[in-house]
Amino acid sequence: MTSGNPTAPARRDRSSAAVRLRPQQPRQRSRTTRKPRRSVLLTVLTGLVLIYSLLPLFWLLINASKTPAGLFDSFGLWFGEDFALLDNIVATFTYDDGVFSRWLGNTLLYVVVGAGGATLLAVLGGYALAIFDFPGKRAVFAVVIGAVAVPGTALAVPTFLMFSQLGLTNTPWAVIIPSLISPFGLYLMWVFAAQAVPRDLLEAARIDGAGEIRSFLRVSLPLLAPGTVTVLLFTTVATWNNYFLPLIMIRDPDWFPLTLGLNSWNAQASTAGGEVVFHLVITGSLITIAPLIAAFLLLQRYWQSGLAAGSVKE
Amino acid sequence: MNHSRSPGAAREPSPTQVLDATKRRSEAIMNTSTRHVVRGLGVACVAMLGLTACSSPGEDSPSSATPAEIQAALDEGGTITVWAWEPTLEQAAADFQAEYPAVEVELVNVGTGPDQYTAVQNAVSAGAGGPDVAQIEYFALGQFVVTEAVADLSGFGATELEELFSPGPWNAVSAADGVHALPMDSGPMALFYNQDVFEEHDVEVPTTWDEYLDAARALNEADPDVYITSDIGDAGLTTSLIWQAGGRPYDVDGTSVGIDFSDEGTARYIEIWQQLIDEDLLAPIDSWTDQWYQGMAQGTIATLATGAWMPANFESGVPSGAGSWRVAPLPQWEEGVDAGAENGGSGLTIPQASENKLLAYAFIDYVTTGAGVGARLDGGAFPATVADLESEEFLDAELDYFGGQQANQIFATAAADVADDWTYLPYQAYANSVFNDTVGQSYVSDLPLTEGLQRWQQSSRSYGADQGFDVQE
Repeated sequence: MTSGNPTAPARRDRSSAAVRLRPQQPRQRSRTTRKPRRSVLLTVLTGLVLIYSLLPLFWLLINASKTPAGLFDSFGLWFGEDFALLDNIVATFTYDDGVFSRWLGNTLLYVVVGAGGATLLAVLGGYALAIFDFPGKRAVFAVVIGAVAVPGTALAVPTFLMFSQLGLTNTPWAVIIPSLISPFGLYLMWVFAAQAVPRDLLEAARIDGAGEIRSFLRVSLPLLAPGTVTVLLFTTVATWNNYFLPLIMIRDPDWFPLTLGLNSWNAQASTAGGEVVFHLVITGSLITIAPLIAAFLLLQRYWQSGLAAGSVKE
Repeated sequence: MNHSRSPGAAREPSPTQVLDATKRRSEAIMNTSTRHVVRGLGVACVAMLGLTACSSPGEDSPSSATPAEIQAALDEGGTITVWAWEPTLEQAAADFQAEYPAVEVELVNVGTGPDQYTAVQNAVSAGAGGPDVAQIEYFALGQFVVTEAVADLSGFGATELEELFSPGPWNAVSAADGVHALPMDSGPMALFYNQDVFEEHDVEVPTTWDEYLDAARALNEADPDVYITSDIGDAGLTTSLIWQAGGRPYDVDGTSVGIDFSDEGTARYIEIWQQLIDEDLLAPIDSWTDQWYQGMAQGTIATLATGAWMPANFESGVPSGAGSWRVAPLPQWEEGVDAGAENGGSGLTIPQASENKLLAYAFIDYVTTGAGVGARLDGGAFPATVADLESEEFLDAELDYFGGQQANQIFATAAADVADDWTYLPYQAYANSVFNDTVGQSYVSDLPLTEGLQRWQQSSRSYGADQGFDVQE
């Protein structure tokens, strides 16, 4: 860790530039030295795992392009006679008065408010716990660790009863409020803040006359960015994929997230008189995972730098 | 309610005293046992999705009205919420609003089948947030009747509608103490078969279940990929076939419940089905899955014995099978007998907690007996009303999907052949949910079907006893 010395950033820059210049040769050398260590078994295993994880995605992509008849008549892992992806996408968004768009909007709402709020709370709480000393901190620590250990599913029923008493079930709040709490995110930010924010830097800021809020916003927050993005990714994925909580809380399809909506479409195939819309379920699923993939691609570089934080001694 | 005990012939004192005393006593018994059952099913609600205890229904709005009062309510207007998943209701509701502009119908699909029932139960227990009209399948209706979650519609004149409906669905919604739903559709059973497959292998379409077994063998022998049908244990199919075979395993009278799978009708069913299972003649595919639809599209599932509502599902779920499939009467257990059974179908109920029962009744009357029926039939629904089942337009319709066959004639005959003395358990939804844990074992192991059904019987009996029903041995 660096000291609060103002020249430190400059030094860091220079050293990082050096690091960037250096690798060319050592990397090649290391490649040649590593070569004999390559394990066929490991490569095969990794390849299998890769296929195992990508195959469903591939299947989804292929089958989203098929007509309802084509879904059952053609080979599952290759394209059918008709390429109906665009038709399917249009049908997905227009079926049942365009309810899919509504579900997409709901999911975005839950993610932006729920996951965004959860991240905000985790950053604030984690930072406070890492930087400040106060009575009862150990108790908070115990509660947070305990909360990490309790699976969300186990809390679902008590949460439902509580929200039912408050008259909040079947409203978006019933999904948003529980999503705001992320014990794991809090714990992660706590550990991260303890590592990433040098006390000396804060001391310096205080000596320069910055208040706690200002030093948090101007000094600490940028340092916490990699951790924040990591927590944001976790909470976003958790909220985006959340199924059980909305399942028990929400009854009105107008407030369904995508997960519930797609399930209700899927369930249509299983009753008398229900319209079978497997092609819409599949296309809808594809559309549903696209934003998650985009979020990962966009945020991963911050996340990676976050994972590397503290790994280099300066 | 066929077996109500006659209270009169017992004691010495004056007849009126006797009657009064008996009445009071039986009322007391009725009340405590009903309350007991209600509490018990409340626990069931918690157990079912682990959600919340169901308590007794909340406040009452008038549960009887004259046609004039209903008309006045329609003129005054208001909003009613309808929880249903049946797709043709959408058009019917739109027509209803066009006819009564003051009324607004909010049609909400809160989930299909069991999801809907959980939602309704939860709303009942919460005492608020529930619908004014709820779609409930016939087999599941008992649970809502016994917990008094749905209103008795006889106060609105529903009892006079009996003549309008075919016997199967009417029997399903009515009991001695009232009418608890209006039948929306019905499911008289028929045999759907893939004609191309039968012709390709030169096999006759079966007319009895014995022939069905032979056809199953012949098809599977000609092409090992082809199965006569798929079944991995389906409570609805099993009970319907037992119903057709003359078995009456359930005997329900108020809160008194008898369950007995050892009668002759059940034995007939077991005899054939055991052979189908033993000789691996049933495709091990669960109904309603994509695999199932795929099997029917590819001709590896050659027949399907199910309710007459199936054509709509065929059209959207097996589009490529158009022209290949045909309809035949359901095979008989005995040659020369015309016995039918129902499979599926649902009615529209008015939850006790509805605050707008007059409008709700006006709506369900409109879509089950009024002008709404036409719109729903055009949308592909199968009627429960005699007039429509007997109309020439319906009978002469040539169904394109079935190669222009006048299949409705077969369905209409099937509807008339349904024996109307069948009863489901007041907790059939629960019983069906444990079917695969009990009878399902017979499909995957050496457990004889007889034994599997005995286990189902045992498990249904003990659940009923736990819920406070008076379970007869």
